[in-house]
Amino acid sequence: MKKIYKYVLLDIIQNKIVLIYTFLLLVISFSVFTLESNSAKGLLSLLNIILIIVPLICIIFSTIYIYNSSEFIELLVGQPVKRKSIWLSLFGGLASSLSLAFFVGVGIPILLYHADSTGIMMIAMGLFLTVIFVSIAMFAAGIIRDKAKGIGLSILLWLYFSLIFDAMVLFLLFQFQDYPLERVMVFFSFLNPIDLGRIQILLQMDISALMGYTGAIFREFFGNSLGIMISFAGLFVWVLFPLLLSLKKFKKKDL
Amino acid sequence: MKKVLYTLVMVCLVALCAKGKTIRVGKLKPFKSIQAAIDFSVNGDTILVDPGLYKEKNIIIQKSVTLKGIGFPVLDGDKKYAIISVKAKNVLIEGFKLQRTGRSEIRDLGAIMIYDSYKVSAINNILDDTNFGIYVQNSKKCTIKDNSITAYGKNELQSGNGIHCWRSDSLIIIGNKIKGHRDGLYFEFVKNSLIWRNVSTKNVRYGIHFMFSNRNTYIGNIFESNEAGVAVMYSKNIHMYNNHFLNNWGDAAYGILLKDITDSEISGNYFTKNTVGLHMEGCSRINLYKNTFNNNGWAVKIQASCDGNDFTGSNFVGNTFDIGTNGSLVLNTFTGNYWDKYEGYDLGRDGIGDVPYHPVSMYSMIIDSNPAALMLFRSLIVSLLDKTEKILPGVTPESLRDDKPVMKRIPL
Repeated sequence: MKKIYKYVLLDIIQNKIVLIYTFLLLVISFSVFTLESNSAKGLLSLLNIILIIVPLICIIFSTIYIYNSSEFIELLVGQPVKRKSIWLSLFGGLASSLSLAFFVGVGIPILLYHADSTGIMMIAMGLFLTVIFVSIAMFAAGIIRDKAKGIGLSILLWLYFSLIFDAMVLFLLFQFQDYPLERVMVFFSFLNPIDLGRIQILLQMDISALMGYTGAIFREFFGNSLGIMISFAGLFVWVLFPLLLSLKKFKKKDL
Repeated sequence: MKKVLYTLVMVCLVALCAKGKTIRVGKLKPFKSIQAAIDFSVNGDTILVDPGLYKEKNIIIQKSVTLKGIGFPVLDGDKKYAIISVKAKNVLIEGFKLQRTGRSEIRDLGAIMIYDSYKVSAINNILDDTNFGIYVQNSKKCTIKDNSITAYGKNELQSGNGIHCWRSDSLIIIGNKIKGHRDGLYFEFVKNSLIWRNVSTKNVRYGIHFMFSNRNTYIGNIFESNEAGVAVMYSKNIHMYNNHFLNNWGDAAYGILLKDITDSEISGNYFTKNTVGLHMEGCSRINLYKNTFNNNGWAVKIQASCDGNDFTGSNFVGNTFDIGTNGSLVLNTFTGNYWDKYEGYDLGRDGIGDVPYHPVSMYSMIIDSNPAALMLFRSLIVSLLDKTEKILPGVTPESLRDDKPVMKRIPL
């Protein structure tokens, strides 16, 4: 398993796309911090990148990578290696290399320019989103055999998490405007890792006071260490759930 | 010749008497207690107090005397009494340290209480751990200057106001530093007064709070980090110039809240890092110009109940939302301001944008009607909706716009 993991990791790190991705993130982060007059504003611009670009790149790159290495997987399956370890080392390789890319591209600039609790939370959430969207990509690639359809599904999933889900929440909010929805919103935020990450970062950013009563409830829930633990647990579930589903599928898959 | 000399001496003596004699108070001086010295004095006398600790229950001044401390003698209220009560005109209190006043549920106890007087001055005193600091009631032409007033209020019910003025006229309040009271400055029925260069910080409720106080001028004051910011109500002809409203951050904190303020002028003020910089409710005919709104949650929240207010020549920079409102009726005007979120162009190169700017974002309207929607703050869907709304206004009030937005930040 270690060998496969090492091979996948080295393969991806040498991949041109990942190198470009790292470089792009690095350029964006540095330019954001140097162009904005105060670093807090730069952090805000980075927020959009973490919440939109990072999941998109992660999910699409991972899906394509898995499809492209189907021959390699078939070869490995022929060897006396457990299917579980093949799949998990594939996941591990993807997740750790993309996390590394994110850390170099965004993490280091943040640590240089804005190394406070907000910055740390941002890095943590970016890493979580990277791993979660690799895991979701594994799920998409695991359940669909056709490459085009698989990539389509992963784009759809990204669209769902970053746009459609929020649109539905907004719709629900207006449909049930007359009811107290604050606590329900806390529950809803757990159904979408991007929302969960965004709320955690925003609460760190000291703009919770803007949110009035809703903000107070959010802060009451997410603001203390227990809330942070629970939301981290929620994010862990988001990593494990799609991964285990796809693993189950892969184990019985007719390659 | 002798007679002439005698008359001359007499004249001099009379003149001296009119100027008043000086009475010394201190351990080694004729008078041990301040109250005794005051009882002995006549109008126009000066009482000089040596350094030391004086524990006298509520010194009452009923003569026009000057009370001066040398090296800040300490007057202690023992946590039971008011310290000085003034009930005469032309009194000056200067250079004392007044500490530990009492607190009562029935009476307002403070360090310097001024009742029904005329031309009373409190200058350069240090007030520490007071319930009410300086309390002016039914008085005219009083001067409160360069006092440092500190309390350690825990909640609104248990503490008093720093400078509390009720039903007074022509007060001058300059250069005081107030901290930790309920309201730093509190005015009710105060007219024609000048409030200049005061610093009011970290109070339990408001930095300044006034009601029914017309024709007052506020210049160069700093109101910072007060629990609920600043709130002023039911007044006319207010002039506010070059004040700073800073760091009032919290669920119900406002840089300044204006309720039913009319015919006033607000200019050159700085609103920085407040949850809501300026909140207006039921205000009419206020001229707001050359103000600076920096890094607020909402720079301005203007309720639909306001009319005839005019915003010109102001800078709006780094605010999360520029303007928030709660209805579609707009009776106020916005012209020639600088908005850092403005994305228009200036073909004529005259420094004025060619397309109007709509400072109300759709999302701020959504939040106003549905606060729970804040869960979606800064999400992709919200920015998309905002962008579409900017192009085709549907929800936001179409008439709330700046037709002549300035392209570059206005130097203020």
